[in-house]
Formats: sequence, structure tokens, C-alpha cells
Amino acid sequence: MSNFGLLWANLHRHPVRTYLTLLSVLVAFLLFGLLRTLTVWFGSGPAEGASVDRLVVSAKYSIVDMLPISQMNVILGVDGVVAVTHQSWFGGNYQDARSFFPKFPVAPRSYFEMFPELVIDPAELEAFERTRTGAVVPAGMLAEFGWQVGDKIPIEADIWPMADGNRIWEFDLVGTYTTADEGPGGVFLFHYDFFEEARGFAKGTVGWYTVRIEEPDRAPEVANAIDSLFENSMNPTKTATEDEFGKSFAAQIGDLGLMATGILSAVFFTVLLLTANTMTQALRERIPELAVLKTLGFGNPRVGWLVLGESVLLCVAGGVLGIGFAALLAPAATAFLPQFGPGTLEFTWQTAATGVGVAVLLGLVVGLVPAMNAGRLSIAEALRRS
Amino acid sequence: MAIIELTDVHKTFMKAREAVEVLMGIDLGVDEGDFVALMGPSGSGKTTLLNIIGGLDGATAGEVVVADANLDELSNRELARWRAATIGFVFQFYNLLPVLNAQRNVELPLLLTKLSGEQRRRNAQTALSIVGLNDRARHRPGELSGGQQQRVAIARAIVADPPILVCDEPTGDLDRENAEEILDLLQILNRDHGKTVIMVTHDPKAADHAKRVLHLDKGKLVREMAA
Repeated sequence: MSNFGLLWANLHRHPVRTYLTLLSVLVAFLLFGLLRTLTVWFGSGPAEGASVDRLVVSAKYSIVDMLPISQMNVILGVDGVVAVTHQSWFGGNYQDARSFFPKFPVAPRSYFEMFPELVIDPAELEAFERTRTGAVVPAGMLAEFGWQVGDKIPIEADIWPMADGNRIWEFDLVGTYTTADEGPGGVFLFHYDFFEEARGFAKGTVGWYTVRIEEPDRAPEVANAIDSLFENSMNPTKTATEDEFGKSFAAQIGDLGLMATGILSAVFFTVLLLTANTMTQALRERIPELAVLKTLGFGNPRVGWLVLGESVLLCVAGGVLGIGFAALLAPAATAFLPQFGPGTLEFTWQTAATGVGVAVLLGLVVGLVPAMNAGRLSIAEALRRS
Repeated sequence: MAIIELTDVHKTFMKAREAVEVLMGIDLGVDEGDFVALMGPSGSGKTTLLNIIGGLDGATAGEVVVADANLDELSNRELARWRAATIGFVFQFYNLLPVLNAQRNVELPLLLTKLSGEQRRRNAQTALSIVGLNDRARHRPGELSGGQQQRVAIARAIVADPPILVCDEPTGDLDRENAEEILDLLQILNRDHGKTVIMVTHDPKAADHAKRVLHLDKGKLVREMAA
């Protein structure tokens, strides 16, 4: 038997209690791993799909504010800008809210020219242009909902009722397009002209513009030039790269970093109390045994280290398991991310190392007071009490 | 030659802000290889005296020299090392670690040595064979009878080969038959292995196994009888 064997045996004194504590630590670190991964994703570089020669122009103060479509020609006139298209957030539900997918009214030709990574059959693009109620979808979406080209797709509006108050918009499916990643999801695209003609309010506006620039190196300069044009207008703009826009879009739900920190602080504080309570209870039960160890010649520091070691072992075991599960689950959580983010969630070694470091720290904090008490234990007093 | 020498030893405890003197000027010499029984009524200071001899508690006044070490002069760390090398403890309620089997309980004191794992296992097996429990090495304390647990405790006390065994009511929790076995074992360890044994007991029959019987009353040694 070794000192580790002694630690291990002590942890198995009350297996149910130990495993429940281990489980709570595991869940805390699973959450840590996933939230940390999300935070890293949020602060990481551009997505594979995000182009360096495209900028996104949106309303300065809120992404939900609309911009007048008259700004499009002004933007097109900015030095360095070679093309502009627009999109708007339609919202709405197909069947029910659970089968949600984004829906954008767009100008068909300029949209597909702006995004060459979206490939559409020229004949279907022409049909899309020609049909005012036309819509195109990613090929995957066709299979997902069992649609066929030629079907009528009803969408119930939540933001945009029609001018006559009707909330059911009916689109004619005229084609499909393919995306670079061939993954699930994608955007349901329909004709902006139909949207403009039929909507009940905010006519003559769009959600945001996508701008292609001539030289990617000049992106900050062009962005400033665009924003300065509208700075003193009724509709000031904020121009950013596609990647930044994607992140600000996701940030509509709040400051993810702050939220993650808040959640983790609450979780770790709870786990700290729980584990500290377990360790204190375990120590109280074992006072006579610790006194016996001291009687046998185990010094005060050694007994203290044994108690501290148990706490660290428990937290590190729970931490490593939790981090391991987070590493397994992170890629699967990608499906829940907003469309514009930098690709899949990737669990990094830095997250794993930070997690193990936090686990060791948690073990030390939890075990410190019980360890000090164990070290200070008076043998004669403890034996008398037993 | 005296292996234990106590000179004018006093011990005072504070209870509810009042000083209670438990030992009052104890003078005691125990020769190497002796077997001493300490008797006396409850509260007479037997266990306190045993704790002081074993280095578990310090004297308030007086000098305690055990195995050539003046215990007052040792730091906590030195005292722990000294205990590991010099004293084997046997308690009334065995005080085995319930999560470890007999073999591992016996190995515990050897964790403080530089012996290899294999050597520790061998020494523990030897100690268990001395107390006649080799076949119960894998059993946990809860799976052993009281007498067997006390024999494991004795194996743990002797495994590091200390010169002195300090026993606090070693038969207090056992029936007569098991008590006799334990006392015979202590006698063998004293006679054949040269261990000096100091044993606190209430039981005159247990005291009969000792070479000397000391009576303690109200913190003072009141009489001594040769067994």
C-alpha cells in the first residue's frame, strides 16, 4: 500500500457520498468546458465561410433597426466598393417554432453574386428572379422538410404581417442552392420585391447590406468611409467584417463572456460549498482515525497533506471527467450556434488545461481548512473524545 | 537499565477555566524488557500517564526520558518520528482503519519508512504471522472478531519493531478467552522478543501477566507490587 492507496481507500469510505460529490464536480466542469469553448469560439477568428473582402453594414445602435434602401446606391458609390446587396430578417414560423430556420428576403441576382460559395443552377436563379413569390432553399432543407420544387410553402409571420393583416405568407419553391459545408440548416431565401410590396409597414427599408470591397486590406478605411457618410443622418450605420457581424448578431442575446463567467461563478461557488461540506463531514467522522495515524508517527503536515490530497483527488477526478465529457459534447453543440459564427465549436487544450488548473485550485480551497484542522488535531484530546 | 524514566511529572488540565491536576509528582523507572501493569480507579490518571510515556501528550512539569530521549526537548516533528521508531500502541477499541484490510492496517506504520512496497508487504505478513492471523490478511476489520482485531492492532504495533509497547486497556473490550489470548501474546512479545510493555488495565487477572503492577490513585503512584 502507498500513500495514494491510503487516499483512495479513504475516498471509498462512503462510496455513495463520494460518487455524488464527484458527480456534482463533474457537472460543474462539464458546464465549464462547454461555456469556455463557447467563449473561445465567440472570440476566435473569422469563419471559413466569412469572406475577408465582404463587409456588413447594419444600423449603428441596434441590429433590429432597419436601414433605408436608398443607402444602397450611396454605399455603391464609396471608393473601394465593388458590389452591394441587402438582406432582412423575416423571422416567422413554418408549421411551428421548433422547426425554425432563418428566412431572408433578398435581391436574387445580386445576392448570389455576392456569395459565390452559394451555388445555384442558372435556370433556377432565373426562375427565382422571375417569380415574385419565389423562394429557394438549401438542398438539405428540401430533404429535411420533404419539400419538392414547385411546392407552395406557407410561413406564418411574427414580425411582418402583410398589408391586409394576413399573417400567412405563401411562397413558391422554385429551386435549391448548395452551400460549401453541406451541413444542416441554411437560409430560406425569397424575393425582396414581394416582401416590399406585401408587407404592412417599414416599406423601403432593409435589414443590412453586404458590401464587396476591392482590396481586403482597405476594409477599415472603407468601413469608416461608409459610416461617415451616414453619421449625421437619421440612419447612422455600423460597418464591420462578416465575422464581426456574425458575432454581434449572436451577442444580441447578451454578453456571452459575462454570462458564462456569472454562471460558472455561481456553479463553482455551489460546488465549493457542497464539496467543502462533504470534506468537513468526512473529517469529523474520522477524527479518531487521524489521531491514530498521528499516534503511529504520521506528523502533523503529513496528516494535513493526506486530507488535502483527498480533496484535490476528488476535485481533479471530477474535473477531468467533466472536461472529458465537454470535449466529447462540444462538436455536437455546434448545431445550436448562430449561422455566422466561426465554424464548429472546437474544444482546445487550453480549455482542458485551464479546467484541470481550476480543479486543482478548487481542491486546494475546499481541502485547506479541513487539512489545517487535521494537522492541528491534538492526539490525546481526539483519542479521549473517541 | 531504565528505558523509561519519569521524574516528578505533573499534568494539569484546564476544565471550565479551572486547573485540574491529574498527575501529581510521578517518579517512575521502567527497565528494558520489563512488563508493567498500571492499575487504578477511573480518573486516577492511568491513561494520561500512558499518553505522556508514549509521547502523545506532554507533561506540565517534570522530566520524561524514554529510550534515551527527553520528550520535552523534542519538536512535534521529532516527536512524531520518535513515536514511529520507539513506541507501538495498542488501544482498547483496536482503532484500526475500517477501509483497509488487516494487511494494509499493519503496513500503515511502514509508510513512514524507506522500505520498498514489497518489503513493507513482507514485514506486515511477518507481523501478522507472529499474532497468528496470516490467513485473515485480506479481511477488513468489520469482518474480524474483537480478539482478531486486537491481534491485528498488536501486529501493527510491532511491525516497525519498536522497543516499547504501550497498551491502554488492551483486553477491556474482549471476553475472557480472547483476553487471555491477547495477554499471552503480549507476554510472548515481552519474553521472546524483548519488548518492554506498559499496560493500563482494570482487570487484576490481566495484571497477573505483568512482572510489575503499579497502582495509581488520584494522580499519585500509591503502591507497587511484583507479580
